[in-house]
Amino acid sequence: MALDSKVPKGPIKDKWTDYKNHIDLVNPANKRHIDIIVVGTGLAGGSAAATLAELGYNVKAFAYQDSPRRAHSIAAQGGINAAKNYQGDGDSTYRLFYDTVKGGDYRSREANVHRLAEVSGNIIDQCVAQGVPFARDYGGLLDNRSFGGVLVSRTFYAKGQTGQQLLLGAYSAMNRQIARGKIEMFNRHEMLDVVKVDGKARGIIARNLITGEIERHSAHAVVIATGGYGNVYFLSTNAMGSNATAAWKIHKKGAYFANPCYTQIHPTCIPRSGDYQSKLTLMSESLRNDGRIWVPAKIEDAQAIQQGKLKPTDLAEEDRDYYLERRYPAFGNLVPRDVASRAAKERCDAGYGVNATGEAVYLDFAAAIQRYGKEQAKIQNIDNPSEGKIYELGQAIVEAKYGNLFQMYEKIVDENPYKTPMMIYPATHYTMGGVWVDYNLMTTVEGLYCIGEANFSDHGANRLGASALMQGLADGYFVLPYTIGDYLSDDIRTGKIPTDTKEFDEAEKEVKGRIDFFINNNGTKSVDHFHKRLGKVMWDKVGMARNEKGLKEAMAEIKAIREEFWKEVKVPGSADEMNTELEKAGRVADFLELGELFAKDALVREESCGGHFREESVELDGPQKGEAKRNDKDFAFVSAWEYKGEPADAVLHKEELEFNDIELKQRSYK
Amino acid sequence: MNLTLKIWRQKDSNAKGQMVDYKVTDISEHMSFLEMMDVLNEQLVNAGEEPVAFDHDCREGICGMCSMYINGEAHGPDRGITTCQLHMRMFNDGDTITIEPFRAAAFPVIKDLVVDRMAFERIQQAGGYISVNTSGNTQDANSLPISKHAADEAMDAATCIGCGACVATCKNSSAMLFVGAKVSQYALLPQGQVEAADRVKNMVAQMDLEGFGNCTNTGACEVECPKGISLENIARMNRELMKANIS
Ligand SMILES: Cc1cc2nc3c(=O)[nH]c(=O)nc-3n(C[C@H](O)[C@H](O)[C@H](O)COP(=O)(O)OP(=O)(O)OC[C@H]3O[C@@H](n4cnc5c(N)ncnc54)[C@H](O)[C@@H]3O)c2cc1C
Ligand code: SF4
Ligand code: FES
Repeated sequence: MALDSKVPKGPIKDKWTDYKNHIDLVNPANKRHIDIIVVGTGLAGGSAAATLAELGYNVKAFAYQDSPRRAHSIAAQGGINAAKNYQGDGDSTYRLFYDTVKGGDYRSREANVHRLAEVSGNIIDQCVAQGVPFARDYGGLLDNRSFGGVLVSRTFYAKGQTGQQLLLGAYSAMNRQIARGKIEMFNRHEMLDVVKVDGKARGIIARNLITGEIERHSAHAVVIATGGYGNVYFLSTNAMGSNATAAWKIHKKGAYFANPCYTQIHPTCIPRSGDYQSKLTLMSESLRNDGRIWVPAKIEDAQAIQQGKLKPTDLAEEDRDYYLERRYPAFGNLVPRDVASRAAKERCDAGYGVNATGEAVYLDFAAAIQRYGKEQAKIQNIDNPSEGKIYELGQAIVEAKYGNLFQMYEKIVDENPYKTPMMIYPATHYTMGGVWVDYNLMTTVEGLYCIGEANFSDHGANRLGASALMQGLADGYFVLPYTIGDYLSDDIRTGKIPTDTKEFDEAEKEVKGRIDFFINNNGTKSVDHFHKRLGKVMWDKVGMARNEKGLKEAMAEIKAIREEFWKEVKVPGSADEMNTELEKAGRVADFLELGELFAKDALVREESCGGHFREESVELDGPQKGEAKRNDKDFAFVSAWEYKGEPADAVLHKEELEFNDIELKQRSYK
Repeated sequence: MNLTLKIWRQKDSNAKGQMVDYKVTDISEHMSFLEMMDVLNEQLVNAGEEPVAFDHDCREGICGMCSMYINGEAHGPDRGITTCQLHMRMFNDGDTITIEPFRAAAFPVIKDLVVDRMAFERIQQAGGYISVNTSGNTQDANSLPISKHAADEAMDAATCIGCGACVATCKNSSAMLFVGAKVSQYALLPQGQVEAADRVKNMVAQMDLEGFGNCTNTGACEVECPKGISLENIARMNRELMKANIS
């Protein structure tokens, strides 16, 4: 099948408006006869479910947690971008569009990104109308901060809990529709397969996680909004339950999977402390607004620190290497995430890491405390303030801005970050890759849509900070509700989709077969055992730096782990009860397939772009020496993989990327 | 550290539960409490036994999913945190730790330490929203200035994570702190005024219907709340309710 992105014709700034003017609509009376399944109720699914229900469709929504309010989106800290230009610093739709395409290292689809930038302002308006308590300045207007990879302040935030507040906004909109009976909410349910009838997505098979019952649900269209697959690394900043199952299951039923190798390794996470570690904690990128990143300049100092013989505060200014400021003077500590992560790895690999494992760098607020302290002393007319006073005033400002993050750090690490610099290290955070979708957000299966982090569409090879929340809400509030209507306008006479058909029988049989296998398998090793092994291969060989040899080994090793998993996995308990090991087993089985495709995708992409860094592809000389080298001539395409059984046999389809409105350039943050 | 755990085991909502003793060894003080539970569960799975079911997801104190009652305290010893943020450095070698589910008539046990908090959902559905459709034509966000003070106070109320520790802690199993937080968030914002009276009446009515107890101002909820939601929110809700009933 040839990939058709269905991008409308015409100038980029008119495409979306023209498109909306020409699509088919479903009249309100007919919407009552149309059912839509939304799997996942994070920002993307929650906003979509609420909006579709407001429009009059009958929505069935699914989540594996006990409430939509607990979706992984709740954990987003830093903020959400929008091209409002409230700060008057030269922001515009075009600039947000440009920054996103550039930040994504020219591997995203221009038309989608432009649409995202166009609707970004509406998101803020909508959220404020819902009562989302964004941060404000003393004049009562909305406040902004800046995030990595851009030169304007366009990030809206609600303390360090922006995702929480946005999700609670979408959740409140859902609640209003649940109360009206327009959304039927299925909490503690996991989708285990999609059901296709005559080539169209017409329903799902889900497991009730309390009773273990396998249920059939039908609809005229199915929307997947199940988040990213970062947990393929076992350790990541994702929630423990975040999984790829829904995305992988639809892949196996015909939805192409795009750019699986584009993963974001976030530079500012709390370093791991031991083998028992179950997840990694992000320290919001907003900290890089005020924190300076450094390691010791001398290797002997680094070693002394690693052995606990020297404290960071003992090191004089000239003995510190602020390596981001040194290498990237224009952007300094605010370079995009991929650049910051690789730079940290480079220093640590060279032996300059600052904790016992050698895998940590400092994030230091001493300079910010001084700067704010002096500023405050001026504002408060304090003449000749003492060092102590300056520190006190400065600390108060830092506390007001980042207090909850500092507190979180202290709880985990047991060190006071006001007194000694924080330690950070990169960790898997976000997956730009995902299910391939066209301009309508429809997958290669008719009537099957994919939104939010689960799709691949807007961030190319690297996502800018505060843009995932924007994309999730753009998809759910402002894009999908239009595009899905165009498709459903053909379904007004279809009537209810029956579930007592052979298609549902078959899908249910397959799902039950797999569950029975797990319960009855006479294995010897826990699910986590395999997940951890997979994670280690992924991190070591398909992590921040990749090469041909390592990727080939990774593919073979993952396959071997998968084969062993199917022989040796052990799942206690039974199928007809709450069984958390059984849930995990299904998810890890899918990660074990996805991981191999991931490595294969990385192997095929013989260039470095965004989060994907191939050691073979770096600039050899000139001012950019050592920086990642993109290859537009051969790789300006989206890799969309078609399932053919074994992951290694997947077939590559290329969507060539055209850049008509932005000139392809090397990303330079120097 | 080596520890003895006394854990509530209950097969399903109909079964009778009981406390069961387990031993775990070599627990690092840097582990989180849930990582210690992972160690126990790995041990149980390897021995062919059913692991202890417990709710958790984000493991960073924001989703509100985790919900254990540890040594007689919701989310355990230590203040201002959820169970997933509790660290083993709060305990000593040789300790015996009792782990139970959140207990309240309105939160029936589903299995082991997992409880059903759907009552909270129904309260939110009764009025925890502002009735505004998604249109893309709402007024510009900055056309409605809101004082920083009100916005900050609304934000403080809005940080409730819906964990239910307030209910589990309260001797009356009252949900006033949880409901008060939501009512307050909207009461403090101009957008919330139009529906204020109906909202508070409907949410409180649903709360009573769910079987949560009354508030007798003992303040235990505020102490245990991981997000520091203040009692002030309960007072504000009571004022809102009075206003609504008068008008
Ligand atoms: C710690 C952290 C901080 C972040 N901070 C920011 C930030 O400041 N700004 C920003 O823009 N982005 C941030 N991000 C990224 C952003 O939060 C996510 O990309 C985004 O929230 C994803 O939203 P979503 O709706 O696509 O998916 P999610 O929120 O992950 O929701 C997934 C939903 O799918 C459901 N689900 C999953 N599988 C199944 C299944 N099989 N069956 C049924 N239901 C299922 C879940 O129950 C859930 O409801 C952050 C991410 C992390 C991890
Ligand atoms: S008020 Fe506090 S304790 Fe109660 S549900 Fe909210 S966060 Fe939890
Ligand atoms: S697991 Fe999310 S708050 Fe504890």
